[in-house]
Amino acid sequence: MTALSDITVIELANERISFAGKLLADMGADVVLIEPPGGDISRTYPPYLDGEADVNQSLYFWHYNTGKRSVVLDLQSPSARAQLKQLLQQADILLESQPTQQLATWGLDYADLQPDNPGLIHIAVTPYGRQSPLSDLPTTDLTLMAAGGPPWSCGYDDHSLPPVRGLGNQAYHTGSHFAYLSALTALLYRNTHHRGQFIDVSITASLNVTTEAASYSWLVKQATVQRQTGRHAAVEPSGETQMQCADGRYVNTGVPPRFPEEFGRLLQWLQKLDLADQFPEAVFLEMGAAWEGPFDLSQIGKDDTITAIFGAGREGLKLIARSVTAYEFFIGCQDAGLAVGIINSPEEAFEDKHFKARGFQVEVEHEDLQRTFRYPGAPYRMPASPWQISRRAPQLGEHTDAVLASLA
Amino acid sequence: MDKALANFRICDFTGQLAGAGATKWLSAFGAEVIRIEDPARQGRWDILRGMEPFKPGQSGLEYGGGFNNHNTDKLGITLNLRTAKGKQILTDLIKISDAVTENFAAGVLERWGFGYPQLQAIKPDIVYVSNCGFGHEGPYHQYKTWGPIVQAVSGLTFTSALPGEPPAGWGYSYMDHTGGYYMAMAIMLALLHKQRTGEGQWVDLACTEAAVTLNGPALLDWTVNQVPTRQAVQPSSNRSQFAPMAPHGIYPCAGDDEWIAISCRHQQDWALLRPLLQSDSDVDWTAEFDDETYRLAHQDSLDAAMAAWTGQHEKLALQTRLQALPIPVAAVNKPAERIDEDPTTGDFGLWPTVQHSAMGEVRVDGMPVHMSATDWHMARGAPCLGEHNHDVLNRLLGLSEQEINQLADEGVL
Repeated sequence: MTALSDITVIELANERISFAGKLLADMGADVVLIEPPGGDISRTYPPYLDGEADVNQSLYFWHYNTGKRSVVLDLQSPSARAQLKQLLQQADILLESQPTQQLATWGLDYADLQPDNPGLIHIAVTPYGRQSPLSDLPTTDLTLMAAGGPPWSCGYDDHSLPPVRGLGNQAYHTGSHFAYLSALTALLYRNTHHRGQFIDVSITASLNVTTEAASYSWLVKQATVQRQTGRHAAVEPSGETQMQCADGRYVNTGVPPRFPEEFGRLLQWLQKLDLADQFPEAVFLEMGAAWEGPFDLSQIGKDDTITAIFGAGREGLKLIARSVTAYEFFIGCQDAGLAVGIINSPEEAFEDKHFKARGFQVEVEHEDLQRTFRYPGAPYRMPASPWQISRRAPQLGEHTDAVLASLA
Repeated sequence: MDKALANFRICDFTGQLAGAGATKWLSAFGAEVIRIEDPARQGRWDILRGMEPFKPGQSGLEYGGGFNNHNTDKLGITLNLRTAKGKQILTDLIKISDAVTENFAAGVLERWGFGYPQLQAIKPDIVYVSNCGFGHEGPYHQYKTWGPIVQAVSGLTFTSALPGEPPAGWGYSYMDHTGGYYMAMAIMLALLHKQRTGEGQWVDLACTEAAVTLNGPALLDWTVNQVPTRQAVQPSSNRSQFAPMAPHGIYPCAGDDEWIAISCRHQQDWALLRPLLQSDSDVDWTAEFDDETYRLAHQDSLDAAMAAWTGQHEKLALQTRLQALPIPVAAVNKPAERIDEDPTTGDFGLWPTVQHSAMGEVRVDGMPVHMSATDWHMARGAPCLGEHNHDVLNRLLGLSEQEINQLADEGVL
């Protein structure tokens, strides 16, 4: 048994919520994806299997729709809407991202469904919430991100370059995360109180509260963070943390050395690489290593000695970075107790030995193609109720007959 | 209004954002979250406790703005786990809790004597959720992370960049926020499983794994077609990653560091936009770009022309004009604009004011959802160090005032 087996979800296909549906399906819910004739538009998105466009060959669609069943309904027709209503009367969760008035127009909004199905959890995910007319304007992941705040904090020290929107559909993901959190919360409540509810999720609000200090620096003291290359946007400029290594790849040094033992280990590493002799600031690393008690970090930039020690820490790391590969730098720093990260591409992360050893890669059978492909695996490891991709994404309308036949 | 999670009590060791953000969701929906801190270190393990931003005229351990933001409505107690009495009090608390949560480095709670086998011995159906960068197993399990390290290792930093530039990455800890969301999901999934079966479990959440899942289609392009995202020249991450769209970017507007995001999803959007572009120019420059395939193949020159046009306009006025067409558009909102001047967040009630015992009234991040039967509620700021020692130890464990004062004198609290 999994945490969500026996839970039936009706998802009205929309790229903004497909990830929320996947999160539910991969924990065992029966997610029925309602698509229009011709299929959801995301079936037309590249990349495709072998580069060939086809409604059943979009890898984009494959990823976001694992474990779901596909039912084609033309909701322009009253008879199809009657069938959808029947499905909703038996469902536990309705997940949708329709225009704000659409379901009411069809007699399929929460107020219409609740009397016959008081346990229904209706989750409406819209750009600005169900009450805002702006939610009915067209959006993309890019425009949602811009409105919600993330790009203001992302980019480069050089502000003639535009703010940057990180890839991967993170606006859709963030809205979907909150849709899923809401679903789980409502299910926990329903199990003891036997009633469902209507849930209004705003994607831009989700992004607004996912910006860390950009929001709370303003909320607490009306200060505005400014974007910086490869590190946190900040009210006061901070030192660089991103370094390029001998193989051209980058690392993020996170928090530079700040404890005496860390300065000591850094010095040892420089010596091991025969670099200490060409590093005049090594003397400050020695002082840092011999420092008694913790450093008063507030004195960086004020006290000459502390400033020199911390400067030497950063410069020492840079010198090592120029001499070794990014992976060697990552492993060497971490083995020395320094929280440093290699900047992997997604596929480099996926193929890394750590994730392989944890069983993160999973095989998904595409029996229709007589092939098996590797997919990204569990975001959380739950031994008693395992995450699982139960089956590949559905072909268009693959389950229409079976699902509609179940209606009396 | 009912509280959705009022039946649940969480014995909470989380801190920073990646952990505290998870139990913030639970406390907002009515769970009793008891935050346990180390009195010997004055709770400094959570570095946000005494970190900027501060309200004007305030500073110190009780005043960290981020700490307050992430710990609303939680109870706070201090417990010195180096002492036998401290361990006993924790044991008694675990007996009456549904879940134990932490985001220490791997192995820390175990060294205190409270690894999963011990937790299970204390309470057989306990839910235990640990959240650390690389998880508790695997070659890197002892490696340390912060949000930016998780983002770097997982691929998220790499996929945020402009051509010819180093990675821009994320200018904040996207994966501390999002790792917290996954931790909250894991806690609630495990509680759902326990409601159904009576069975607890240990969830080993590795923030980096959750992060790798956030580049799914690109990963399938790799595993299925052997197409890597690392290319000789990185494309701009402001362009459309999957669906073919052009123009699609962030363009400058009149003023200092003012920007606007515009997407044309298809030829219809372009047909709506084109007359507006042309109306500002004596030269017929848009004809060149009227063919969709041509636009997609010439995005550099198209973006330059777009930027020349947007640069003549004030961003909010331009946003209004493009919304009227309508095509996808949004000004790049600055914090003040989206918090104080945007009715879509204000009307949503996204910035509630809480009362903090030392800081006074402070606005915080609310929740971006509303639930008709069991909506969230925020009233109290983060707990001061040991603020609820008396309440928790007396109300839940039945200790007397005198016993509690003595424990404090002995350094247990």
